[in-house]
Amino acid sequence: MKAAASSHGLAMPHIRPGRIVAWTLLFIGGVIMVTPLLFMLSTSLKDASQVYDLRVIPEAPTLDNYVEILGDGRFTRWLINSTIVAVIVTLSNVFFDSLVGYTLAKFRFRGRYIIFIAILSTLMIPTEMLVLPWYLMASQFGWIDSYWGIMFPGMMTAFGTFLMKQFFEGVPDDFLEAARIDGLNEFTIWWKIAMPLVTPALSALAIFTFLGNWTAFFWPLIVTTSAELYTLPVGLSSFAVEQSIQWEKIMTGASIATLPTLIIFLFLQRYIVRGVMLAGLKG
Amino acid sequence: MSAVAHREAASGGLWSRMSLGQKQVIWAWSFLAVPLVFYVVIRFWPTFQAFYLSVTDWTITKPAAFVGLENYWRLFEDPLFWQVFRNTFMYLILGTPISLLISFLVAYYLDRVRFMHSFIRALYFLPFLTTAAAMAWVWRWFYQPVPIGVINDVLSSFGIPQQPFLRSTSQALPAVLAPAVWAGLGFQIIIFLAGLRAIPVTYYEAARIDGLSEGAILRKITLPLLKPTLVFLVVFSSIGFLRIFDQVYNINTNDPGGPLNSTKPLVLMIYQTAFSSYEMGYAAAQTVVLFVILLVISLVQLRLMRDR
Repeated sequence: MKAAASSHGLAMPHIRPGRIVAWTLLFIGGVIMVTPLLFMLSTSLKDASQVYDLRVIPEAPTLDNYVEILGDGRFTRWLINSTIVAVIVTLSNVFFDSLVGYTLAKFRFRGRYIIFIAILSTLMIPTEMLVLPWYLMASQFGWIDSYWGIMFPGMMTAFGTFLMKQFFEGVPDDFLEAARIDGLNEFTIWWKIAMPLVTPALSALAIFTFLGNWTAFFWPLIVTTSAELYTLPVGLSSFAVEQSIQWEKIMTGASIATLPTLIIFLFLQRYIVRGVMLAGLKG
Repeated sequence: MSAVAHREAASGGLWSRMSLGQKQVIWAWSFLAVPLVFYVVIRFWPTFQAFYLSVTDWTITKPAAFVGLENYWRLFEDPLFWQVFRNTFMYLILGTPISLLISFLVAYYLDRVRFMHSFIRALYFLPFLTTAAAMAWVWRWFYQPVPIGVINDVLSSFGIPQQPFLRSTSQALPAVLAPAVWAGLGFQIIIFLAGLRAIPVTYYEAARIDGLSEGAILRKITLPLLKPTLVFLVVFSSIGFLRIFDQVYNINTNDPGGPLNSTKPLVLMIYQTAFSSYEMGYAAAQTVVLFVILLVISLVQLRLMRDR
């Protein structure tokens, strides 16, 4: 009996051949999806003489391209710029979007509905339409070529506000009432009681805001004119133009721009995928 | 929140005499104060300003003067605008159905796969995390002629003739679109997966008991219940394709917009009008046209999808 059971366990479970075909096709498709990234990384590890050799595993891998590019200082500067901009804008959105979302979800006051509609209506206005007035504003106030100039348009978003409002509506009023009876002020109730209850939404908002600002190209291209203030995508673009056909250098630059988000994903995969699902379904 | 604390201290009597409701109102407005200033100054005011600028002849050097609808007439008589208009819609018409079809197929089968599920999902999702400006350079390299370009190398090893890709007026636009579709698939797949998982298993069980085939289950249960997801993705990705810029700008920096402007989308035209020709008023009119296009497309899609 025992032997029979174990031999049954060892036998292949009943799998229909269709499943195996589907799995194989999905797997091949997935490999094709990451092929551009593999080529980018592998070429960044080749020297100029190996570039035309299209093997994915470099014959003599070298970090020389990275040493050279990071050594000239510009990429380090752009990395720092991008990090500063993306982190500050993300923190600002996490703070203000949830504060506004909470207020609109949990307070009863006249004008609440109008404010909600007004904020929501800004979702219909494409960034491209605001860019010229922002540029005018930035040049009048001397914000061209400054971190603030890159950051100010994104410090709060209607998308984030709407997302947080949806989630705060799910927080039971009893929790907040209990805190009120305990004598906590409204700010503390929001920060200490309500915020911890919506951490999945906060992480979704943080992921989207960070990624959006890390990869942003259009506005930083417009508002920065000196290489000192470029963000990574804008810096990479100007660097690639100047390298002309030195593809191994360009691929190294592209890898430097891309690797941070890929590495973060490897560590936070579960949260990121869940965050995208949350934002997509509720947003 | 020190402002509130100060007010509380200064008018201690008044604050303590207020009802809970009144206090709530004061808290609410003090929470909203800074954000309201932001939305008025950074969102609403620039929106009106964009409309205003579109009826002026503002350039960097010259102060704005009212010119009526001149910018719009000029735009509608400009053959480049109609070329750009056509390109912009080509990105939408090709990009949205192709990317949604692929991502639905992948999500539909991936949903049933258990073995290495999250690994395969990660493979599809990774391109979504990349920087479009950087990836445009990777794809630009792929499209080069032999011996540099990977795609032409592969083609020639199969004996297929060389393709001009970015150098051709007919192939350039699909070639620019490919990295945009590629980078967007992961997001769409994740959203489809979430939508598929939200369908109660009991529906499927009931359908199987009734003897429905897999195809019938897909048509009668899965797709109808997936409609909200589909509406969201159609509108979301359409807006993305209509606003395409990063890829187009980077994939052909020596001649942005491709051979004979064959890849130039509206946002690139706006950028060049404003920041190469410095015709800000004219560019503002173009942004208003973009706004109207996005609005009309979103409303039409929402309408169509709701009716069906």
